[in-house]
Amino acid sequence: MDTFLAQCLSGLATGGVYASLALALVMIHQATRLVNFAQGELAMFSTYIAWSLIQAGVPYWPAFALTLALSFAAGLLIERVVLRPVRGAPALSMVVIFIGLLVILNSVAGWIYSYTVRPFPSPFPPEPPFGQHYVSSHDLGAIGVTIAVLLLVYAFFRFTTLGLAMRAAAQNPESARLAGIRVGWMRALGWGLATAIGAVAGMMVAPIVFLDPNMMSGVLLYAFAAALIGGIDNPFGAVFGGFFVGVLENLLGAYAIGQELKLTLALVVIIAVLVVKPAGLFGRTLVKRV
Amino acid sequence: MDELLRVEGLQAWYGATQVLHGIDFAVAAGSVTALLGANGAGKTTTLRALCGMVTTRGAIVFDGERIGGRAPEEVARRGVAHVPDGRGTFLDLTTEENLRVGGFTRGGRRALAADIERMYGYFPRLGERRAQQAGTLSGGEQQMLAIARALMLRPRLLLLDEPSFGLAPKVVAGIFEILREINREAGVAMLLVEQNAAMALDLADHAFLLETGRIAMRGEARALRDDAAVRRAYLGY
Repeated sequence: MDTFLAQCLSGLATGGVYASLALALVMIHQATRLVNFAQGELAMFSTYIAWSLIQAGVPYWPAFALTLALSFAAGLLIERVVLRPVRGAPALSMVVIFIGLLVILNSVAGWIYSYTVRPFPSPFPPEPPFGQHYVSSHDLGAIGVTIAVLLLVYAFFRFTTLGLAMRAAAQNPESARLAGIRVGWMRALGWGLATAIGAVAGMMVAPIVFLDPNMMSGVLLYAFAAALIGGIDNPFGAVFGGFFVGVLENLLGAYAIGQELKLTLALVVIIAVLVVKPAGLFGRTLVKRV
Repeated sequence: MDELLRVEGLQAWYGATQVLHGIDFAVAAGSVTALLGANGAGKTTTLRALCGMVTTRGAIVFDGERIGGRAPEEVARRGVAHVPDGRGTFLDLTTEENLRVGGFTRGGRRALAADIERMYGYFPRLGERRAQQAGTLSGGEQQMLAIARALMLRPRLLLLDEPSFGLAPKVVAGIFEILREINREAGVAMLLVEQNAAMALDLADHAFLLETGRIAMRGEARALRDDAAVRRAYLGY
């Protein structure tokens, strides 16, 4: 029973990371109808930036905040410089661009920082909190940080005028432009936000999986699974899917399939969702009349 | 009267197909101009051309400034609101959020809230459904919402693309009554594309008739209404 609870809690911690990355995927999908395959590598790169800042002597939380700001700016810049010129290109060309971004970010990170696996610090104390032994401080802290980020994102989209304009621009770009909304900038802002959210995911998962240029490949796969379970057009669904996949992964890993097959599980989930319920649990099925 | 909009030699294309072949017209500040014509004559394209939604050539001067070739959002920011073909509803947003999107370019929380209440005054049905998802509104309600959303911009020129489309006659009459009221009270100039020529000519001061991308006839709305050819072709009596 104790192990079961511990597995659930640590599953929620990694699940929060999947949830954040899945949310980043959903945000870009809502604005572009495309899945950003480079989302994981962007998060990895952000984590390296955080690492460099911490190495340079910046305390953890200021480095965290600075990384978010830099990631936001980088995401915005990538949209403006790389994606804006190819707006309206066929989906396949966009996929190639995303994969190109993935490979470029991965090799540039390897070139700058080498492929050596490095430890990444956690801002939370090493001993478990509250005198218990089910859950580490980092796991609990990561759950807290994830929930805080998700609430902030929710509040931004729900209660601010800018958030409303971004939702409008994603839903009906043509009509949004007629209302005077600069849709291109809303899209760039979406990229900036998604990249910053991904940075949080990277910094929270790095103390667990360690820092190296390939650290996010597995995480991204789980985030895909999470986004698909929830429905790629539903932010809440994606977050739910993230936590769900995290717990499922840990429980099955501990009791059923063992550690080696954990990543296969993500693929099984993806395929199962696509076959059984392509729109996800909370997604909307679009019916097109022909 | 002051000239608000002047269009000279306007040509427009959809891809490689030319739809407008050089049209000229003007809209005076505070006036209503009706744009009539058969399907495919280029009425909707004319409105879209004014907003930079299609490729154009020729001069479009709004309030002394050339706006031809500008992006739709920049035209909107200068005070041209467009009630588009298909209504442009943000289906997943609530009625009230739709109105707030319409007022996005304007500052002032209090002025916006007051304008939203003013819209509910014009269209009480929208007020009753303020928290409802706009996708669940009926066609008539969505048309009211489209007009209200456009008015939230505080435009000086309102472009209306078939506000009567698909609506029951009673609903149409109500909408035209409110358009008349808005024109009189707020002095918003209107350029109105309409299949229902009788209603359009009743509301309008001036009118012109488009035939395959060229202006075939123009004049005061009253004169066009009495013209025998217009009667036969568009009014059906």
